[in-house]
Amino acid sequence: MPSVKLPRKSTDTDMTPFVDIAFLILSFFIMATKFKPPEPVEIKTPGSVSSQELPENDAILVTIDTANRVFFTVLAEKDKSISGDIIKKVGTIRTLTFAPDQVQNYMRTYAVGVPFAQLNSLLSLEPEKQTSSIQPGIPVLDTLDNQLVTWIQASKEVFRERQKPLKYLIKGDGSSKYPTFEAVVAALKKNDEFKYNLVTSLEGAPSGSALDVANRKGIKSK
Amino acid sequence: MASIDTGGGDSGHKKGPGVKKAKKLSTRVDMTPMVDLGFLLITFFVFTATMSSPKAMDLRMPKDVDDPKKQNEAKESGALTIMLGKADKVYYYEGKLDESASNFKPATWPTIRDVIIKKKKEVIGRHVHDLGSPESPCKSMQERAKKNDDPDWEKACLDRDFVVIIKPTQDATYKNTVDILDEMTINQVKTYAMVKIFPQEYELILKTEEKSGIK
Repeated sequence: MPSVKLPRKSTDTDMTPFVDIAFLILSFFIMATKFKPPEPVEIKTPGSVSSQELPENDAILVTIDTANRVFFTVLAEKDKSISGDIIKKVGTIRTLTFAPDQVQNYMRTYAVGVPFAQLNSLLSLEPEKQTSSIQPGIPVLDTLDNQLVTWIQASKEVFRERQKPLKYLIKGDGSSKYPTFEAVVAALKKNDEFKYNLVTSLEGAPSGSALDVANRKGIKSK
Repeated sequence: MASIDTGGGDSGHKKGPGVKKAKKLSTRVDMTPMVDLGFLLITFFVFTATMSSPKAMDLRMPKDVDDPKKQNEAKESGALTIMLGKADKVYYYEGKLDESASNFKPATWPTIRDVIIKKKKEVIGRHVHDLGSPESPCKSMQERAKKNDDPDWEKACLDRDFVVIIKPTQDATYKNTVDILDEMTINQVKTYAMVKIFPQEYELILKTEEKSGIK
């Protein structure tokens, strides 16, 4: 009997398609990733059915955290000098003087949340040292001295001088209390601003609701 | 390993005496380190990726008007007042709060939607068309709906008397406030307003909370 010779198969697998897929996924994630800006505090935004995209530039962001502290942020990645102008404007309104390096520090921070009395000492620190733990939040609840009004007034004037549209974003933590939100809105109202965007995370419209029905019919909402 | 050099070794059959065979170099590259690195990067990007980008919800507030003559008035029959209390509790009454506060009712989050829907249906059921006059507000509402390609444009003004008044108390959370505004979008309530709560209403809520043991 002739012995049957089994062909020896290599255990080697061709990795090429595997590598192809791996790099395809990799390139997808590289493109889809957007790095979060360093936020002073973790905010858990409530959900809403709104699917509008958030404006990322030329906007003012007012953050309310779980402890009802209010932070102010200028979203102007394209033109950093805007935030420099705003802090100078705040200085003129409140008769505060800022050294050039303090202005530089402000332009590099993401958010500030201190009363004006502490603003100078906060801005003397490097942005990395301006942690949220040393910031008590901008005082808003005192109706006579709602300091957010000044911040908004300054930003409004700077954006008007540059003839740029300005949007107002309010990003509140779900568990923050209503009076703080009301005070933030009151500060905006005092500056004659009545249209805001609330930052929320996306939720689906409940099935069977009037919105769901309208969406299916393809009616544009106002 | 990922790919083993399968190029001919020296053990190939001899061509003949004196013929030296040039050593064949394999063109295959060991892919393993590349795959390793690729997956390392994938893992990194998967972890850092922020997939759900935040969304924006519109909020328009009216200008504060002190003159009561210039303030908008809501029709009593079409008004629904929703108050937001402590511990995610909701309270509501239809029309005007009566003396004995008998129409003041508590509700919870899923049930408040049914209250809104029921009231909306009731107001729609009572609607009387007044298309006779040329400056009827119904007409302009219908025109607007027509422009938005609404197939039900004729029904656009049926709920024009329906007004929801939202009164968050100082104990309400921001989440509740956004949720109730969201309910307005979900149930397509066209007219709603967010106003300050009256002291007697707040007292009523405090009393109810005390009774039901909410701290």
